Amino acid sequence: MEVLLGITGKDYVIIASSKAAMRGPTVLKATDNKTRNLNKNSVMAYSGESGDTVQFAELIQANVQLYSMRNGVALSPPAVSSFVRSELAKSIRSKRPYNVNLLLGGVDPKTGEPSLHWLDYLGTEAKIPYAAHGYAQYYCLSLLDKHHHPDIDLARGLTILRMCSDELKRRLPIDSKGLYVKIVSKEGIKEHVFEDEGQVLPA
Amino acid sequence: MGSPFSMNGGACVAMVGKDCVGIACDLRLGMQALTVSNNFPKIFGINDSVYLGLTGLATDVATVSDLFRFKVNMYRLREERNISPDTFANLVSTSLYERRFGPYFVSPVVAGINQTSGKPFICGFDSIGCIDFAKDFIVSGTASDQLFGMCEGLYEPDLGPDELFETLSQALLSAVDRDALSGWGAHVYIIEKDKVTKRLLKGRQD
Repeated sequence: MEVLLGITGKDYVIIASSKAAMRGPTVLKATDNKTRNLNKNSVMAYSGESGDTVQFAELIQANVQLYSMRNGVALSPPAVSSFVRSELAKSIRSKRPYNVNLLLGGVDPKTGEPSLHWLDYLGTEAKIPYAAHGYAQYYCLSLLDKHHHPDIDLARGLTILRMCSDELKRRLPIDSKGLYVKIVSKEGIKEHVFEDEGQVLPA
Repeated sequence: MGSPFSMNGGACVAMVGKDCVGIACDLRLGMQALTVSNNFPKIFGINDSVYLGLTGLATDVATVSDLFRFKVNMYRLREERNISPDTFANLVSTSLYERRFGPYFVSPVVAGINQTSGKPFICGFDSIGCIDFAKDFIVSGTASDQLFGMCEGLYEPDLGPDELFETLSQALLSAVDRDALSGWGAHVYIIEKDKVTKRLLKGRQD
């Protein structure tokens, strides 16, 4: 029941992940951070088999930073995404594939254009305006279909994120302990305190 | 999980006309019944007169299209000319057979015009590279049964570029409406000797 959500707006990307670290039905930790900053302008959120997730995310983080140090360029989110995709596509045909699903959000270091990439453990990649992984897909994508527009401002983006979070609280049988939220814009990556009080009950 | 060929869904079709060929694909990317993206084109330009359509497992569609972009760039640098559709078909075949015992789960379609002979060329492949030469049409993807039916009914030989576009589009659009895993709009390419027209079709959005 790990939740990953991504929403793009006119000049930003919101990446959110659930705070619960789970093992089967047991919640081991309620302040888990399933995101890594790859560079100054892109964030990756990950879910999947524990062990694989952090190992893979840190492999990608280190290689993205190494590439930028060697070549003196800041990689754009689409460039990072194609690198990650190729690593996952290599992995799926190996003896022990990484079981990791990802959302990669960021803004272009030159143009400031926001982009959000959806990737799964097979190496399937799609650039989309809003995305989710896991059960959140079934509850949130329909909400986002109705309310999302490419040119929404940050306040509206966060309102839509709140609607998604409420829907998950309302419908999922296990509490995912709130969301850890990061906002990427031209100014860089900011952590956003996403208030999580009160329960939401179905009608 | 089901077959890797039908996890993501998608459809592709190519047709021969008079001194022209057409190739078209849908735009859906899904995970089983859930649609993830409605802008996932499955046709890739190899050069000005050769196009490659790939349906099947989406990760392999991306991997195989990247592989052929690399191989064709190397060909162009070595030979200092563009690859012909016939030669490209053989490149696709041998490349897929290299993975005989661990194949890419894709069903490729090649469409193009041979610039030396001026002849239209289309062909299809299975996932391990067996070439299916055809003089009328080639279909692939999760809507292939429906596409066979539509093409069998609508196709006639020696259509001009405009009539070919109409026939090809109607065949694809009608076929994907009867397939839950394909649709969400289409890309249609009409290739003539010295002109390529790319059209985007909206199609049913449900």
